[in-house]
Amino acid sequence: MRPSAVRLLNILVPVKRAVDYAVKIRVNPEQTGIDLNVKHSMNPFDEIAVEEAVRIRERLKDAVKSIKVVTIGPPKSSETLRTALAMGADSAIHVEIPESAPSPEPLGVAKALKAIIERQSEGVDVVIMGKQAIDDDAGQTGQMLAGLMGWAQATFASKVDVDAAQKVAHVTREIDGGLEELRCRLPLVVTTDLRLNEPRYASLPNIMKAKKKPLEKLTPADLGIDFTPRLETIKVTEPPKRVGGGKVENVDQLLAKLKEAGITARRA
Amino acid sequence: MTTTQRLRALALYKELHRLGRDYDPSYDFHGKLRKLYEKNRNLKDETEIDRTLAFGEYIKNETLALYSLRKYRHLKRMYPPTSTDR
Repeated sequence: MRPSAVRLLNILVPVKRAVDYAVKIRVNPEQTGIDLNVKHSMNPFDEIAVEEAVRIRERLKDAVKSIKVVTIGPPKSSETLRTALAMGADSAIHVEIPESAPSPEPLGVAKALKAIIERQSEGVDVVIMGKQAIDDDAGQTGQMLAGLMGWAQATFASKVDVDAAQKVAHVTREIDGGLEELRCRLPLVVTTDLRLNEPRYASLPNIMKAKKKPLEKLTPADLGIDFTPRLETIKVTEPPKRVGGGKVENVDQLLAKLKEAGITARRA
Repeated sequence: MTTTQRLRALALYKELHRLGRDYDPSYDFHGKLRKLYEKNRNLKDETEIDRTLAFGEYIKNETLALYSLRKYRHLKRMYPPTSTDR
């Protein structure tokens, strides 16, 4: 008798080319957004997601059939895909939008990811993505995708344990006040928190090998998605500059300053 | 120097050079890298070459650790754990 085939997992990792974490953010002259003429790199939470996918494969070995990475962005975003391929992904999908187009909104991204998942002939079992992008901090895409697909979601994951045979994942989430443990049926959307793992460095030999891995290019029209923003940003300004503190000479001056600030003593 | 050692040395140089791009500009990483390689260019003894290459790999791992730490610390500051109980 043949043993029943273990269901092979297909993992999808969406990544975003975001403003680099070390860049000092400045508002652009038109006050409609931030200055984007700066260094970009893969969103750190997405790096953690790629690392987790690779670690799941290291743990489950042959049970993981493929790790695909996908990004939606201008032509330069393919560098981000190459980094993910160098970290251990098998193949990549690049949904290319024009350089001048505005950044896609979370709902648009979620709809595009849904279209991509439906295009995968072998299906997708686990989607692992960053909890939020460090340049817009929306934190919505994972949740929206789970809603659109009707899938389970485990957000802010700090530990992920996939059981391929049972088609179940045990996820520990970081929530206000502590940790929450979930048992989720696959298919599943996981969003990664900072403390999930420490991403590996993509060494030079791996970056060279990644150039040979397949990268599929798609257009929004191929997916039937319209990325036109539904929100209009009216104004972006910097927070008020922090006014320096001042020193006082004695207690009377302190009381005078407190009175100025409107803080007065009250009889109990 | 054997061929494998030569290849190791070259690969290490390329790797360190690429890492040096993100280093703090006030420290001349590329300059120091080049000087150290030039200082050791005439080594003949194989065990000594192995030791120097091991030192180079050590520097590479140290630099990687520094980068990871810098990034983690920055992100931890930007995204602190929300609960006060932990």
